[in-house]
Amino acid sequence: MSEQQTAASVAVGMAAADESIESELALEAKQFVGRSPGQLAWLRLRRDRVAMLSGGALVFFVVAALAAPLIEWAYGVGPDEQFQSLLDGAGMPLGYAGGVSGRHWFGLEPQLGRDIFIQMVYGLRTSLFIALGAAVVTATVGIVAGVLAGYLGGWVDSVIGWFTDLALAMPFLIFALAVVPTIELRFYGPRDEVSTAFRVASLIVVFAAFGWTSTCRLVRGQVVSLREREFVEAARASGAGLGHMLFRQLLPNIWAPILISFSLAVPAYITGEAALSFLGIGIVEPTPDFGRMISNSLPFLQTDPAFIFFPGITIFLLVFAFNLFGDALRDALDPKSSR
Amino acid sequence: MLRFILKRLLLAVSVLLAVSVIAFLLFFSLPRDPVNAMCPKNCNPERLERVRKELGLRDPKPEQYANYIKGIFVGRDLGSALGGRCDTPCLGYSYVRSESVTATFGRVVPVTLSVVLPAAVLWLTIGVGLGMISALRRGTLIDRVSIGFTLTFASLQLYFVGAVLLLIFVYQLKLLPTPHYTSMFQNPLDWARGLVLAWLALGLLFSAIYARLSRAQMLETLSEDFVRTARAKGLPKRMVYARHALRAAITPIVTIAGLDVGGALGGTVITETTFGLQGMGRTAVDAVRLGDLPTIMATVLFAAFFIVAANLLVDVLYAFIDPRVRLA
Repeated sequence: MSEQQTAASVAVGMAAADESIESELALEAKQFVGRSPGQLAWLRLRRDRVAMLSGGALVFFVVAALAAPLIEWAYGVGPDEQFQSLLDGAGMPLGYAGGVSGRHWFGLEPQLGRDIFIQMVYGLRTSLFIALGAAVVTATVGIVAGVLAGYLGGWVDSVIGWFTDLALAMPFLIFALAVVPTIELRFYGPRDEVSTAFRVASLIVVFAAFGWTSTCRLVRGQVVSLREREFVEAARASGAGLGHMLFRQLLPNIWAPILISFSLAVPAYITGEAALSFLGIGIVEPTPDFGRMISNSLPFLQTDPAFIFFPGITIFLLVFAFNLFGDALRDALDPKSSR
Repeated sequence: MLRFILKRLLLAVSVLLAVSVIAFLLFFSLPRDPVNAMCPKNCNPERLERVRKELGLRDPKPEQYANYIKGIFVGRDLGSALGGRCDTPCLGYSYVRSESVTATFGRVVPVTLSVVLPAAVLWLTIGVGLGMISALRRGTLIDRVSIGFTLTFASLQLYFVGAVLLLIFVYQLKLLPTPHYTSMFQNPLDWARGLVLAWLALGLLFSAIYARLSRAQMLETLSEDFVRTARAKGLPKRMVYARHALRAAITPIVTIAGLDVGGALGGTVITETTFGLQGMGRTAVDAVRLGDLPTIMATVLFAAFFIVAANLLVDVLYAFIDPRVRLA
């Protein structure tokens, strides 16, 4: 599927970048410097302004998430600290825009009086960890299943295809909604405290159970088209084993589409996790989480609209940066698609 | 052709059966006792045991499953405690709501349809239209604005957009009443006023996805040889776009729209929760919170049925249009 998602101004910039790459390549041709496709893609990516900006934003978010305890220390407020003295009698934060001040950058949560900024820093952690974890598990399962189905064909292909159909027939959100509490109930009693690690793990498992199909289909399609190529035949003729065929011959040829689908899966999982937490199924108190913060803010929409804007805009920027970067990565790895 | 349809039908039925078995095993093999939910405090143990027997909870699991499936097709007797006879599309009895799930669905499904159908019309027209215009006017201001819109809305969260719309139109400008559902046949104006924000939120977000898709699809089609040939024959641009390119580009989009029923249902769950509309999605969320297993089970099955039916329909239509599909 060909797509050019970058704005036209960027397209102009890219065209210029492509020209300069080409002139550079012409120069290199004279000097006989060979470059691998990976190096070429990296060159293209580095010249793409949108890629660099969104990549920078992503690095910023990841560093903020990793350094959350450090930020807490520098900021001087913890995620669970309550500032009841800064709320009025009805539990609403005093001051403008939900209690924004030099001490509380994004204001305070109504009723509980927790600091929104530090909650969000920790929320970033929850969100990124689950999304990246789910994307890694999904990609691994999808790649293995897809390579097997594509290369072996026959009944293996049919069985894997049937499971793909099954996973696609499940209404994801409704099923996830029903399954997550069920998994918890299976391992914990109805009144037991469910540990956060278990909740996170069950979310990742549910995402992976549904998400592997798209990677699987993608990989399968690629492998089917590669299967009949001469180099595969040559490897088979020289007696290569199944593992060697799959992981040394086929996989290195399809890493580009896999990388693209991985980078676009992460924002989808960020959205998915936030949606489940918004519905009250994903991450629960006291672990900070964007979806739940937004769900908590809905009753205060009229009285304290600032509460919804900080987490809402942050999660938008996070997903936006991932989407832009994924598109730029696609343009860089698959330059044909944008022409 | 008939063979192809039969094969697809068989596959669809097997998938639905598998979904029902998985859902049944997951939800009904729980250590949770539904009978306790019927009388939370001081019920005497003998009575509880009698109710359990009456509900068939003491039967072996395969028998319970068979009874459940039988209920859907021919109806079943649920016993006097649960309102007796449960007619043909019998999806079980909700202990929490103390009514049959079929009755609940009869009330909530119209709400969901009222939310999702107009929104789907909105996102298909806006999304596909925008994508097509943007592909034909590639590189112009319109294209740039459309790409900006697409990228922004594809990254926004449904509930956030919903809340912002609510804040602007209901709380600040007071142009619209708080979202609610009235039957379309009773008061069409009130129906539209109560749901327009839900349509907007769902429609805007999904149209971004479809605009992206249509633009890419149209660009790919425009670069095909047959389009160039048509132009070379001297056909006017308008003719080539409308008759040759559009037809080739729209088919995969229809396929994806058919496959995306699950996504649309998921979107409906969030929309209904955000706007406080008592539709299927909201009912499912409530059922999960209350541990109302029969309702959850029925919702999953109902949604899976729609997804599988839509996929089947698209597959068969596609095979009619494109002979390569049924021969493969």
